[in-house]
Amino acid sequence: MSETILSIRNLTANVDGTPILKGVNLEIKEGEVHAIMGRNGSGKSTLSKIIAGHPDYEVTGGEIIYQGESILDKEPNERANSGIFLAFQYPLAIPGVSNLDFMRVAYNAKRKYQGLEEVDTFDFEDLIEEKLEVVKMNPSFLQRSLNEGFSGGEKKRNEILQMALLNPTLTILDEIDSGLDIDALRIVSDGVNQLKTPEKGYLVITHYQRLLDYIEPDFVHVMKDGEIITSGGKELALELESRGYDFLDDKSTAGVGV
Amino acid sequence: MAVQIPFATISQVHQTAVIEDVFFTGLLQHCQVNDKDPQWLQNVRQSAKSWLSTLSVPNRKDEDWRFIDLADLTKGKFVASLAEAKDHSPLQETKNSRLVFFNGTYSAELSDISALPQGVYIGDINSLPIEYDANKYFAQSHGAQDAFTSLNTAGGNSVAVVWVNKNVVVETPIQLVFITDGEKASTFTQPRILIVAEANSSISLLEEYTGVGEYFTNAVTEVFVKDNARVNHTRLQQESTASYHIGKTAISQSRDSHYTISEINLGAKLFRHNPEVLQQGEHTESNLNGLTIAMEEQTSDTHSIIALTKPNGTTNQLHKCIVGDRAHTVFNGKVFVTKEAQMTDAVQLNRNLMISPKARVDTKPELQITADNVKCAHGATVSQLEADEIFYLRSRGLNQNDANQLLIDAFAAEIIDRIAIESLKTRITATIKQKVSN
Repeated sequence: MSETILSIRNLTANVDGTPILKGVNLEIKEGEVHAIMGRNGSGKSTLSKIIAGHPDYEVTGGEIIYQGESILDKEPNERANSGIFLAFQYPLAIPGVSNLDFMRVAYNAKRKYQGLEEVDTFDFEDLIEEKLEVVKMNPSFLQRSLNEGFSGGEKKRNEILQMALLNPTLTILDEIDSGLDIDALRIVSDGVNQLKTPEKGYLVITHYQRLLDYIEPDFVHVMKDGEIITSGGKELALELESRGYDFLDDKSTAGVGV
Repeated sequence: MAVQIPFATISQVHQTAVIEDVFFTGLLQHCQVNDKDPQWLQNVRQSAKSWLSTLSVPNRKDEDWRFIDLADLTKGKFVASLAEAKDHSPLQETKNSRLVFFNGTYSAELSDISALPQGVYIGDINSLPIEYDANKYFAQSHGAQDAFTSLNTAGGNSVAVVWVNKNVVVETPIQLVFITDGEKASTFTQPRILIVAEANSSISLLEEYTGVGEYFTNAVTEVFVKDNARVNHTRLQQESTASYHIGKTAISQSRDSHYTISEINLGAKLFRHNPEVLQQGEHTESNLNGLTIAMEEQTSDTHSIIALTKPNGTTNQLHKCIVGDRAHTVFNGKVFVTKEAQMTDAVQLNRNLMISPKARVDTKPELQITADNVKCAHGATVSQLEADEIFYLRSRGLNQNDANQLLIDAFAAEIIDRIAIESLKTRITATIKQKVSN
């Protein structure tokens, strides 16, 4: 039987005193791909940031259990080093920080956390060269400042490159498809699919069904107003695509059990 | 000269002062006349001394000094003192092209200029061959009459000269390092440099200040960049944090010349630098890069003046400050574009990163244009470390300190990357890291 990677129970959270999550329940087991869909403002991106430990959100109730342990008291870097990876919807550009140096520092932070020796500049360059293939990225991107002057697609590929490097147990893709043309979407999804192994879990957050043609979910959840109002298999995404989010407005919150 | 550029001199004159300034007089008592100085130099020193007797130490009522308080400095009792020369780890690039001074005195055993080609003179003004007309340059820069510059001219006892002959290209960077030991006595030193880059010559140099204990450095550097010459100048101030440093860099540029200064200000309890550029010929380019890191109770002030007085000149200035703890940085940048200076392009930007809520930043970019066909831009920003950037880095496994450090390094890197000497970049980056994380 596969192990549970992430278990979220009755999670409630505020931002600036305003309730934004109102009781979220979600369980992700090894090998599973879960998709969360919903309108803008439904709380789906908030959920991803809270799992990663964003300090702007205040958890007011419930639990997040990752690999059997509550992570609510853990710092964002501890969560990252223990294997949680959030691919950002809008990755930040940081002028002056070289992409290569940034990735080496991040990789070594994880090595250190695992009690392993840090890798030097030369060994790291060999390692990252291999990973570039996953997202078909030109090595020249490594010499540039982190995400500075990158197109939308290049930024997302850079996120997947980091994911390939850090080899997370739980990957959260926060609207990785927003603003991507079809070619970029294909490269990004291919990257994700290549890295998929049976012991990892995925949470794919998206507004559009299109992404789920490329990254096929086992479960689809729909969020509305800070709650998961319905869950189902991948056919739920197709239904949403054809009927729009409006049909949910009439529907009761009786979801399909997962 | 028709141009009215208020170089620090002019605004500092206290014509009415009749009582000699106690601080200046006290310091001058410790300054010994160097009897090896040529007669013309002794005369210049004597007239600077008379001039100085009409001046007083600037105070906060002077517009150019209103952000900092010199009271702490003027209370100090500083004397000339000798120090034993200690080894100073040389840079790979300059180990055979450097002059070393301890407490203002030239150290022959630590200096080494064996890597320098023919056609460049480096050494004391008293050994300068007669054919070099130093009297046409020494203390002849604009602003030479301001109080601290006059103090240096009046009481200095040596002048380091870097003179590059016409058409000579010096590939090896040259280093001038001034080391002060103020541990035995509160020491007063007055480094003085004269740089003349003759027509079509090219040179890269590093001027460095460092030391231990309590002391007062009053440094003056004059740079003359003649027709079509190029000077790349790095000024590294790493004085002890118990010291006071007041410095002037006066640059005169002739037509088609290029001058770049990268000033890196890390040390001193109280620091003030006045880089003052005067473009005197057409198609002249001046670049001013600045990086100041002030922590603890440091005060660090850069007051620049850039005067474009001829057509088709360009100037590009980027001055960045990182301010933490209870430190205070000041930037005041004046750019003057005179009526004759048509088709000029002047850019000035001051960026400040505050890493502590108790730090203080004063910034005042100023632009004065009388020409009508020019391109000028100036601005200032003050920011803090961005919470979203920190979260992004932490979500990749970096702890809070490492994330902060990476962002601070990135802010500084934009200036450090402009330094021409590779091993110096590494050294400065490491020094900043240590300074900010302490």
